[in-house]
Amino acid sequence: MKLIEVTNRDNGPASNATKIKVRGLNLYYGVFQALRDINLDIIEKSITAIIGPSGCGKSSFLRVFNRMNDLIPSAKTEGMIELDGESIYARGCDVVELRKRVGMVFQKPNPFPMSVFDNVAFGPRRHGNHNKSELEEIVERSLIRAALWDETKDKLHQSALSLSGGQQQRLCIARVLAVQPEVILMDEPCSALDPIATMKIEDLMRNLAQEYTIVIVTHNMQQAARVSDRTAFFFMSEDRAGILVEEGPTTEIFTNPKDKRTEDYVTGRFG
Amino acid sequence: MRRFIDRASRYVVLLAASISFLILFAIAFFIIARGLPAIQEIGLVEFVTGTVWRPGQGQYGILPMIVGSVAATFGSLILAIPMGLGCAILLAEIAGRRARRFLRPVVELLVGIPSVVYGLVGMVLLVPLVRNLGGNGYSVLAASIVLMAMILPTITSISEDAIRAVPRAYREASLAMGATQWQTIRHVLLPAARSGIGASIVLGMGRAVGETMAMIMVIGNSIKFPTSPLDSARTLTGNIALEINYASGLHEDALFATGIILLVFIIILNTISFFALRRSRAQNIA
Repeated sequence: MKLIEVTNRDNGPASNATKIKVRGLNLYYGVFQALRDINLDIIEKSITAIIGPSGCGKSSFLRVFNRMNDLIPSAKTEGMIELDGESIYARGCDVVELRKRVGMVFQKPNPFPMSVFDNVAFGPRRHGNHNKSELEEIVERSLIRAALWDETKDKLHQSALSLSGGQQQRLCIARVLAVQPEVILMDEPCSALDPIATMKIEDLMRNLAQEYTIVIVTHNMQQAARVSDRTAFFFMSEDRAGILVEEGPTTEIFTNPKDKRTEDYVTGRFG
Repeated sequence: MRRFIDRASRYVVLLAASISFLILFAIAFFIIARGLPAIQEIGLVEFVTGTVWRPGQGQYGILPMIVGSVAATFGSLILAIPMGLGCAILLAEIAGRRARRFLRPVVELLVGIPSVVYGLVGMVLLVPLVRNLGGNGYSVLAASIVLMAMILPTITSISEDAIRAVPRAYREASLAMGATQWQTIRHVLLPAARSGIGASIVLGMGRAVGETMAMIMVIGNSIKFPTSPLDSARTLTGNIALEINYASGLHEDALFATGIILLVFIIILNTISFFALRRSRAQNIA
């Protein structure tokens, strides 16, 4: 019995090149081990979904890629994480440069309390672009790309907080696109949205996957099945450390999982 | 029984609130009752814009004192705003947990020091230093520096709370886009915290306008217009405190009238801050 329909896509990942390579990753918060010995390849210009029960370290894993875990003083990362073959935890790595290349969309839409325009222009401005016409162009291009232009072109100078939740989330995506990243991390981007807004974001993600490498953490297995090319299933070991149980093409994971725990999870027997 | 306690507690709270309100009202009423006739007798325009204060000769102009108070207050704000904001940013965003656990109580302790001690230190330490710059040292500059030290904790701790209260999500969004820590502070946190920062400045200003003892000790108290920061001056509060001991008749009432002017000052300050805060809350940060 198949509980979840996996979308068949003719055009799978555009290439099979590895964008991010993770080997032997251990993540600690103080003495607590949050992730143990994770090995995973993130394929370029595709969508990788991270699924698994609550508390298995999915979000922590995502935050390894843009070093957001650095903000937690007790966090310690071990292992090899390479972006385009270069270690992102090496001594010489510039976190600011890394975060320009690896953007992030958060669980709750978090536009700044400023205008739509200023939100999208925030990144470019911080990186030194103050040319008005260039900024206007970047804002327009980013909003078009995030499928938000038609709804906001007449209210670019209104507060971003006046937008609906779904629009706010697409604005946050536009804000990330304006920085021209290569990888976009999405931490349960639809968990605060209604089904229609969710559908729009999912369409957008499929669209963006032609140009960007996307890693999405989701609680929603249907969502993982609908949008992702590859799926990684995380689980908690006995000592509550997150482990990667199984990873592969989404179709495989949902229809023909190798591990019993994956099967139980994707068929909805728990979690 | 539970019902009784519930009811009784409501009355106790109500009583406490009424008493404090009553006290406030009584003070305001008393000052106005004593001061208003004096203003009527002297004439409001003459009282507020008159430049000569010679009670012995029936001249009651408090403009020099108004200027003295305003000058000392603004001088202190010019010094205290950048320093207080700097401390607030340090405590809220940059200092580690251990450094903060040490620094925060130090800042809070500064509030508890009696103003006469500030005045004493200012008199013995600061005034001779200012004297090196010219004048006799008892000056608006010395007063501004002492006031700065006194309002610094207010500005620091309230601004720190305001910065700390900015949602984590804004910080994370900014940093995740590759903004540096300083850019995040400058372009996201400070604008988002600006209503609290504004409130801290107004509260500091209120404290500065009302400060009496320390001012008397370092500002020189001469009744004249200060023309430079090194000039001596007198504040409205100092005027009352210095003369109330020997004043009588219209002179005494004129001191109450000075109190009314102070009251009006505070009310204006509070009103400005009220509207400023309300506007900044309704607006975006950029």
